[in-house]
Amino acid sequence: MSLGPYASFIVTAYALVALVLAILIGWIAIDYRNQTQRLRALEESGVARRSGRSAVEM
Amino acid sequence: MSLIDFANPTRFLALTARILPWLMASTVILLTIGLYQSAAAPDDYQQGATVKIMFIHVPNAWLSMFVWGVMSLASLGTLVWRHPLADVAAKSAAPIGAAFTFLALVTGSLWGRPMWGTYWEWDARLTSVLILFLMYLGLMALWRAVEDPSRAARAAAVLTLVGAINLPIIKFSVDWWNTLHQPASVLRMGGSTLDRAFLIPLLVMAIAFTLLFFTLQLAAMRNEILRRRVRSLQMMQASQKAA
Repeated sequence: MSLGPYASFIVTAYALVALVLAILIGWIAIDYRNQTQRLRALEESGVARRSGRSAVEM
Repeated sequence: MSLIDFANPTRFLALTARILPWLMASTVILLTIGLYQSAAAPDDYQQGATVKIMFIHVPNAWLSMFVWGVMSLASLGTLVWRHPLADVAAKSAAPIGAAFTFLALVTGSLWGRPMWGTYWEWDARLTSVLILFLMYLGLMALWRAVEDPSRAARAAAVLTLVGAINLPIIKFSVDWWNTLHQPASVLRMGGSTLDRAFLIPLLVMAIAFTLLFFTLQLAAMRNEILRRRVRSLQMMQASQKAA
């Protein structure tokens, strides 16, 4: 597959999309891990929801 | 099951846990097909291989407006129906919409340089999309500036609905003003002007990116619900210590 004289523009565009989406996905995944860890830590310290159910319950 | 059933965050989290793996799998499959078709698409007779940038630029541009539309609906949910998940949806969508808008601007720039001879032109389409990007950043700043989520939600909802005025301006800017950006070639009266060789990969990529948005949106909403649980438990902990 030849991308012609403007290959650098095409490759940069696709690479940037991949990079930004990877950062977005990574940020959401890390945020999920952080929130569940904080909830577990709070539960372990004895704080419970009014319903009595686990805070990390899905 | 009615819409009100999803007002329960625990029920929403359970539903998300079931749906997310399927959404992720569908996104990966469609993205793979779309990328293969984009790579295999022929060169355009005028643009050559740079037409391949269209397969990522257009889905990002569509989503930049679609996400604001979703946030506007969610804002109505906050202000009119006071749905407990509406502001969660609006807040979660803002960074995702900002990312898609940023990518639409950058890929458009990278497409514009070889085709128009410039990275940027202050024409109506480009400027209105830049304003949309700045509005996303403003909304994100507003959410961070107000500590109480319910107060922030109402202010953000009003701002989102006011900002929705920009959506028809973006869409019709190429018809209302003389712009360097080309007029609509897919969603237009009289049908698409694109050849099937370009239209099919473009539609597959657009659907794949839309599925990606819904995947990220559900995951981000789940995080936001958990964040609010953390906040309420921390407040309970603080009041227990004070008592």
